[in-house]
Amino acid sequence: MRVGHRTWLFHNKPKIIGTGTICGPFEGEGKIPNDFDTIHADLWLGQDSYEKAQKVMFEEACIKAIEKAGLTKEAIEFILAGDLINQITPTSFACRTLSAPYIGLFGACSTSMEGLALASLIVNGGYGNNVLAGTASHNTATEKQFRYPTEYGSQKPPTSQWTVTAAGAAIVSKDGEGPIVTSATLGRVIDMGMTDPFNMGGAMAPAAVDTIEAHLKECKLDPSYYDYIFTGDLGTIGREIALDLFKKHHIPVNREQFQDCGLLIYKEDQPVFAGGSGAGCSASVTYGHLLNRMRQGEIKRMLVVATGALLSPLSFQQNESIPCIAHAVSIEAGGVY
Amino acid sequence: MSDQKKKKLTPVQQEYHSLAKKREIQRPVIKNCVKAFFVGGFICFIGQFVQTFYIHFFDFNERTAGNPTVATMIFIAILLTGFGVYDRIGQFAGAGSAVPVTGFANSIASAAIEHRSEGYVLGVGGNMFKLAGSVIVFGTVAAFVVAIIKTILGQWGGL
Repeated sequence: MRVGHRTWLFHNKPKIIGTGTICGPFEGEGKIPNDFDTIHADLWLGQDSYEKAQKVMFEEACIKAIEKAGLTKEAIEFILAGDLINQITPTSFACRTLSAPYIGLFGACSTSMEGLALASLIVNGGYGNNVLAGTASHNTATEKQFRYPTEYGSQKPPTSQWTVTAAGAAIVSKDGEGPIVTSATLGRVIDMGMTDPFNMGGAMAPAAVDTIEAHLKECKLDPSYYDYIFTGDLGTIGREIALDLFKKHHIPVNREQFQDCGLLIYKEDQPVFAGGSGAGCSASVTYGHLLNRMRQGEIKRMLVVATGALLSPLSFQQNESIPCIAHAVSIEAGGVY
Repeated sequence: MSDQKKKKLTPVQQEYHSLAKKREIQRPVIKNCVKAFFVGGFICFIGQFVQTFYIHFFDFNERTAGNPTVATMIFIAILLTGFGVYDRIGQFAGAGSAVPVTGFANSIASAAIEHRSEGYVLGVGGNMFKLAGSVIVFGTVAAFVVAIIKTILGQWGGL
């Protein structure tokens, strides 16, 4: 059912019955290593290119999720996934080995929640029983595409962010047990005219605030309904700006309640500048760390808002501003685990 | 941001820009300059050391020792790039490691390493000068302009 302009309520309780999270070595040294299913010590994952490494990582995340859900590959009916690399090839190539119908998505770093929202929609509507949603990002593959060669000695400003090497996949199902996806609010493209590709948090913050505001208004909820509101990858700067915007719009979101996946994944002393980013950031932190906390009973209700900057290397070289988007999905604990 | 750029923005965007600006962490410019000064100076010191070494132990004079010195510095920079060290020096030193010839070598070597996965011809060959190409182009253009000025002033201007 749709409420308001852009919020879906899922009455048939689509559940996340299995998740798979894979990460690279740098994330393994971070704050939440125990929440990953597999930590790779090799950034290349034994492959001869970083793009192939990302493909393998996503494959592994999917297989892990299927395994943990107690299903077989054949039971997966649809795959909704995407990533940041040109023409989303790592994801598409990974789906060669999974025989299910595949819908490729691109929402930059917001792909994770875009996928989860659409998967829940399919399951809720009765058009599928087991739908897989997932995404991956690889630090050096992304650096190569969006910035400079990885070994190039350029100095990054303190506003820049570190692309996470991680993959996350979740299986949304009609049956089984797991956290319930209760609603989703889809984002609009918001462009505040920011042009600095080394300050993504600042560009994406208005999109996150817009989606959260719409979600609360359309669901007629107070922010205190949620134990936490997690954003995807705003980083320190984006988070501060978002908090400023909440204050300005008189939305009572408090500081402790408003957390960011990009800040949860790394330790404070890791050289990630303003925090983690990338499609794999929100996916792996949500499907790993956050759902684990939910299973432990620490979180009852949360709103995950994945933020994405819809730029390309070409667009910012042509002096275009950076349009951004954010998709919100509300996940609630339900039943016994 | 320049005023001209700001004019194109809507009032809402302008308001947001000033709000976001407050939260932006500024580059520590003075600290970066000091670091660049010392690291850049240190690289030149090593270069000087290598040059003196060539003059002292081999049959080079101050004029001819330049070429082997540059070659040695480039070799070291490429080696450090390959070992994944030069980008860390770059993050610390900024312009200090970018301006000397070692930075130029790093920009070529890093692009070559990066695009090795696309093959030798289209990958390495085609992308090697991705970053260094503009330096060469504008370096040549600047040299040409300066040479013209020098010719005009020197030969015909009677300076």
